[in-house]
Amino acid sequence: MDTTTVNATSPIIDLRDVRYSVGGRAIFDGLDMQVLRGQVTAVMGPSGTGKTTLLRLITGQATADSGSIDVAGVAVVGASRSQVYALRQRMGMLFQNGALLTDISVFENVAFPLREHTRLPERLIRHLVLTKLQAVGLRGAAGLMPAELSGGMARRVALARAIVMDPQILLYDEPFVGLDPISMGVILRLIRRLNDALGLTSIVVSHDVHEITAVADRVFLLSGGRVVAKGTPQELRDSPSDVVKQFVGGLADGPVPFHYPAPDYFEELLSPDGGRFA
Amino acid sequence: MIRDFLDSLSESVERLGDTIRFLVRILAQVPSALLRPQLIFDQVYNAGALSLVIIMLSGLFVGMVLGLQGYDLLQRFGSEDALGTAAAIGLVRELGPVVTALLFAGRAGTALASEIGLMRATDQLSAMEMMAVDPVRRVVVPRFLGGVIAMPLLAAIFSMIGIYGAQLVGVQFMHVDSGSFWSQMQASVDLRDVNEGIVKSVVFGIACSLIAVYQGFHAEPTAEGVGTATTRTVVTSAVIVLFLDYLITAFFLK
Repeated sequence: MDTTTVNATSPIIDLRDVRYSVGGRAIFDGLDMQVLRGQVTAVMGPSGTGKTTLLRLITGQATADSGSIDVAGVAVVGASRSQVYALRQRMGMLFQNGALLTDISVFENVAFPLREHTRLPERLIRHLVLTKLQAVGLRGAAGLMPAELSGGMARRVALARAIVMDPQILLYDEPFVGLDPISMGVILRLIRRLNDALGLTSIVVSHDVHEITAVADRVFLLSGGRVVAKGTPQELRDSPSDVVKQFVGGLADGPVPFHYPAPDYFEELLSPDGGRFA
Repeated sequence: MIRDFLDSLSESVERLGDTIRFLVRILAQVPSALLRPQLIFDQVYNAGALSLVIIMLSGLFVGMVLGLQGYDLLQRFGSEDALGTAAAIGLVRELGPVVTALLFAGRAGTALASEIGLMRATDQLSAMEMMAVDPVRRVVVPRFLGGVIAMPLLAAIFSMIGIYGAQLVGVQFMHVDSGSFWSQMQASVDLRDVNEGIVKSVVFGIACSLIAVYQGFHAEPTAEGVGTATTRTVVTSAVIVLFLDYLITAFFLK
């Protein structure tokens, strides 16, 4: 990390004209997105718009068909396996369900990246793990197995694991799915607090509009493979765009249609030979 | 119909090639995995020690059946003294490695495939990749090596218990002379027989472990996908083991 390029407003993640398709279906079609250093950035969008795929592209788990993706000074598209692995050591990611390793304890889960990547003495590992668990409020659960945790606790442990290597960037994939309001509030507060206390850059993929706009500095709204709106949460709420209104207001029909594409309703019901399902 | 057959044939060939590429990927990671021997020991315990009871019980029964059938056959020629030789050669060369491999695929292979498949389905493998840890090195290689180490040991134990089973039936129940049972065995079972058994159990160990980790690692990340991977592990292992058994036998008897 050279200090010359670091300043508060430089984008740490820079996606330009990214195209990506799976099985002939275009997921992204000219996606542009700049994530600023030190901010909490929310990525929202209807289900199936490739929010999770976006994280996979940023982390190099998937490779874009064209366009450029720069993450902390590394060009991810076209990077070698070892470059991607080196980059990932500077990133943490929280998976939807936590994705803790089920055969080892909470303590060992958090210690896992340290044991894999460093040769630190056991005392220091213990110190680091307990500090991170304390930060997410689960130092008392260090001895439990992942199966003994509730959904919210598992995600907090995963969060402790994600920050144990002191990453620069933290990615959250749908961190609120299936959580009760208390756990959701805890995770929300942690996202903000960890971001500011550890000097991270956070990207939160979510479709919980109200929750995430409460903590995010900037919001990107994806639809149809590109960014359809971006700005501060307030700017988005005031936006005149139909897509934004539909999404933020939770309206069933609009530019994002309620109906999956289908043949004409009456024609299909009345077709004499049973139509497609004969 | 012929077309279906050709399609499934080409699919099988494709999967075979894919499996061998996976083997190459595994072998490339073996040296770095050897630096963490504890991970491998754990898997030898999982694949080996936990299969011991089923292997020993099966070995005992197979040996006892062999004692009965062998006695019945040999006494027709008045050569029941050769029971020890017949049982030992049958077990060491053939039944030991083959039956152990089939049981191993059913007990340890399915456990491996479903464990790795579930890790895939619950994002644990992706999480490792995101922590810059290669899941092939950390998860697959230790399990593969554990199976490869455990399988020959299990086959040896199977054969040993089997010989005692044959002795139990032959000598204790059918009153074959104990001295000739053992001395004939010692005189006529030679190193070549033992080598055949060792080669077979090592090859089957590699095949069964490879199939299990391959199926688990490439399982569809759904409940159904893990189930399919487990089933495929047993079926593919069984067919491949019997096929390889013929090849190795033909090689040793040529």
